[in-house]
Amino acid sequence: MTDIAIDHVPGKRSIPFVQEGLGALTIIALGAVGCFLFPDDLALLTRLIGISFLVLSLDLVTGYCGIATLGHAAQFGVAAYAVGIACVRGVTDPVALLAIGIVAGTLMGLISGALIARFRGLPQLVLSIAVGQLVAALANKLQWLTGGSDGLSGILPGKVFGIYSFDMYSRTAFLFSLATLVVVFVALSRFVRSPFGLLCRGIKDDDLRAKMIGVAVYPRLVIMYGVAGAVAGVGGALTAISTGVVGLDSVGFERSAEVLVMLVLGGAGHLWGALAGALIFQIFEHIVSAANPFHWMTLVGLLLILIVVFAPRGLIEPVLMLVRRRAGKGRPS
Amino acid sequence: MRTALNIATDTLAYGMVLFIISIGLSIMMGLMRVVNLAHGAFAMIGGYLASYAIRDLHVHYSLAILIAVVGTIIVSIPFELLLYRRIYRKSDPLIQVLMTIGITFFIIGVVNFVFGPSLKTIPLPALLSGPLDIGFRSVPTHRLFVIACGVATALALWLLIEKTEFGIKLRASVDHSGMADALGIRTEIIYAVTFALAIGLGAFGGVVGAEILPIEPFYALRYMVTFLVVVSVGGAGSIMGALSASLLLGLADTTGKYLAPEFGEFFFYLTVIVIVFLFPHGLFGRSHA
Repeated sequence: MTDIAIDHVPGKRSIPFVQEGLGALTIIALGAVGCFLFPDDLALLTRLIGISFLVLSLDLVTGYCGIATLGHAAQFGVAAYAVGIACVRGVTDPVALLAIGIVAGTLMGLISGALIARFRGLPQLVLSIAVGQLVAALANKLQWLTGGSDGLSGILPGKVFGIYSFDMYSRTAFLFSLATLVVVFVALSRFVRSPFGLLCRGIKDDDLRAKMIGVAVYPRLVIMYGVAGAVAGVGGALTAISTGVVGLDSVGFERSAEVLVMLVLGGAGHLWGALAGALIFQIFEHIVSAANPFHWMTLVGLLLILIVVFAPRGLIEPVLMLVRRRAGKGRPS
Repeated sequence: MRTALNIATDTLAYGMVLFIISIGLSIMMGLMRVVNLAHGAFAMIGGYLASYAIRDLHVHYSLAILIAVVGTIIVSIPFELLLYRRIYRKSDPLIQVLMTIGITFFIIGVVNFVFGPSLKTIPLPALLSGPLDIGFRSVPTHRLFVIACGVATALALWLLIEKTEFGIKLRASVDHSGMADALGIRTEIIYAVTFALAIGLGAFGGVVGAEILPIEPFYALRYMVTFLVVVSVGGAGSIMGALSASLLLGLADTTGKYLAPEFGEFFFYLTVIVIVFLFPHGLFGRSHA
């Protein structure tokens, strides 16, 4: 891996927050297009946004820190279960539930980060899988708490800010999720260009060199894991709030694998790549898997093999090239 | 006492199945450094082929094993030529993980399209079904057969790797493939033969162990993690490591299932986390610089 990690030049200071504003506008525009294209399927779009958070979270860990993990659904699932349990026990304010999800996700992220970020290569991969499976096994077995294999149902959140209640057409859920996505995305696009984010990229490119210039690698990776956990927690919380049920699939191995596929499809190491991958994959899945789940698996397998062989840096790469050429020595997101 | 004996037999049988399937993966990861998540998918192909051979072609169990092993190796050849060869030794684990997950999904989809999405049984011959009296109590014959297969596999592999010329070349390639290449060992042939051997062992284990790990549409995904964990705990490339890890994890899983059935999986993965955290290169593995 000899590609240059930091491809934007700080350059001249123009209007502050231009990039962030553009990002926010793009997401809002995409949401509007989604609304227009699938007006009867807002529940699908809401679920899609929920998973997008998980892909963004995985991007922070895999794309920015180079940690290969196959257990990332753990953070998502723990947050979803925490929100579900809190809601069933009487906390119904959606914003409070979101906060619970973030806290739960962060805690889970710090725990798994402390275990996983210690090693590289095979032990890291196996530890990440084992942590994910451990959480899945717990979710399955602690039936009195999580509902076991039946899932946790009966999550009925209250009104957002006491005004907008969740309706059958998930209009509120969709807008609430979209607004959260905009906030989180803008925050993240600042975060990954902060000194801390850049240092993480440095660690990804050459952790030995980072160690040599005096960076404490392990604590940084754990903190990054915590942040990723918080983002995954937002996704878990939103999914639990909007669907009203939390099932075992939200912590499963397949969820982790699927999210990794989405990230690589879009392009790891770019927030836009993560978002694009999540969008394309899930819309595609919605259309094909309705026909036959096994055809869907064959197609995903083929797609994955083709990406790894022909476009290992994801679909976002050609787009970025175009943007860069347009802007001279410009600014990719 | 009775429970202890039951646990012992089941542990041995389960551990041996894990060993037969995982040792192929372990050799492959030791030599080619490929994290092959698709190993279970090849074991699954073996199981489906054996099931088809016995139930539709009505051949004998032993012949079905042969058909399964050879058939799976033939199926795996294009994968080796087109895909695995690209990721031997050099790529980062993420690329390997993605490609082999892709292969797994692809095989699951195609196999279920061809053979139909249902649980496949592999009927045992009369000789192996039913209990066998071993003096003070009786145990299922099939369990003993599996244990015997595991011991035979371990011995045969040990002979192959330690006592034959192929084994010498293989060990040379594991230690330093560049130097082995320079000394005139055709490493790409060693790789190809090892790949076939690994896949064949996987298919063999898939068929023999079908009573314990039933062949079903999502077999490859369900046990993918288990096989990888065995290799990681034992240390890639080590026969002793794979054997002890299989038995250890078999013990953790079986004991957990007997004594605390609600938390079987939990104990399994807890053991894994503790072992991998303490011995990141496995119990018997060496670090590869």
